[in-house]
Amino acid sequence: MTSRKIEVLVGLFVALAIAAFMLLSLKVANSGMAGTGQTYMLYAKFENIGGLKVRSPIKVGGVVVGRVRSINLDTEEYSPVVAMEIDSQYNNFPETSSVAILTSGLLGEQYLGLQPGFVDETVSILKSGDYVEDTKSAIVLEELIGQFLFNRGSN
Amino acid sequence: MIVDKLQQLGQKSIAKIQGMGRATIMLFGALIAWPTPRKSFPLLLKQLYVVGVLSLLIILVSGLFIGMVLALQGYTVLSKFGAEQMLGPLVALSLLRELGPVVTALLFAGRAGSALTAEIGLMKATEQLSGMEMMAVDPLRRIIAPRFWAGVISMPLLAMIFTAVGILGGHLVGVDWLGVDSGGYWSAMQANVDFQQDIMNGVIKSAVFALIVTWIALHKGFDAVPTSEGISQATTQTVVTSSLAVLGFDFILTAVMFGG
Repeated sequence: MTSRKIEVLVGLFVALAIAAFMLLSLKVANSGMAGTGQTYMLYAKFENIGGLKVRSPIKVGGVVVGRVRSINLDTEEYSPVVAMEIDSQYNNFPETSSVAILTSGLLGEQYLGLQPGFVDETVSILKSGDYVEDTKSAIVLEELIGQFLFNRGSN
Repeated sequence: MIVDKLQQLGQKSIAKIQGMGRATIMLFGALIAWPTPRKSFPLLLKQLYVVGVLSLLIILVSGLFIGMVLALQGYTVLSKFGAEQMLGPLVALSLLRELGPVVTALLFAGRAGSALTAEIGLMKATEQLSGMEMMAVDPLRRIIAPRFWAGVISMPLLAMIFTAVGILGGHLVGVDWLGVDSGGYWSAMQANVDFQQDIMNGVIKSAVFALIVTWIALHKGFDAVPTSEGISQATTQTVVTSSLAVLGFDFILTAVMFGG
């Protein structure tokens, strides 16, 4: 085995590994969000976050614009505060916008639906660190069933 | 009676700890030295060929088949729930997080680890190592170090190739044979696989396994009883010990990375 042949084969091996890594990182992983890099933070206070998790997607009309960065409990009111990391290219949401916790499909994962609000002179644009005031909590199936039974009983 | 048993236990523990100590000394002796790239690079290249390139075939074939089996089995269960589009994430996540690093490490222990042990054990038995010391060549630097680096470098690369081929194998069975939508296969995968969380953790895992397997293989060879029986025992021990160590560390790493 000449040393040249060995070198060529080792080079081939390393090239194959690099190709595999490229395939994994470009085709398999979601490099879209990580790639642009620039993001800003918005916050929203909910009564109940249901099954929302860190890294759940934030969608506007079905398009992913960001991901949930962290979920903490506000120690004064004991209500959950969700920190949303949103791509800087979508930085034009007015403060009348609302967020709702929605479920994709019947059994799917929960995500944040961001609904842009109306704009006029008195409405300012949400900046990094602002709170979205209008929030709708997750629908908890047990509560819904409880309400239904309660209503039936009162009739 | 009890004292005898206690003595045996103590003896065994001391022997184990001494073995670990010798392994650590061997590794430090091999790695901590002034780097001499001109001299050591050709040696490393030779070992990369022996350890990495020659393991490529078994990695490619088993990666392909494991990906195919995974898709086939996953499809059976997923189609019951009408969730065939989750086949992509199932194949990709199980390969990236678990099967890629672990199966590669097990195959590597069998294919390359055993060869390393046998080679070094035989060098010891035929007194080539003492011969080198006579000629003022440090066998740790000349024999152990290039093999160690070759193992540590090539195993993460092999694991990556294994995973990529496995995902393509899953595509072959899932899309081309079972009729899952090709776009759905890739897009569901992209939606569920995270670069940092899944790919990098898989690479870290395989780097840790590479360290463990190569270290065990080199130590068992270097520490072998220099007889034909001793070498055969050392080779067996390499495969058994490194397989067990890989599975044990896999649990710990998984618990740390994905458990919380």
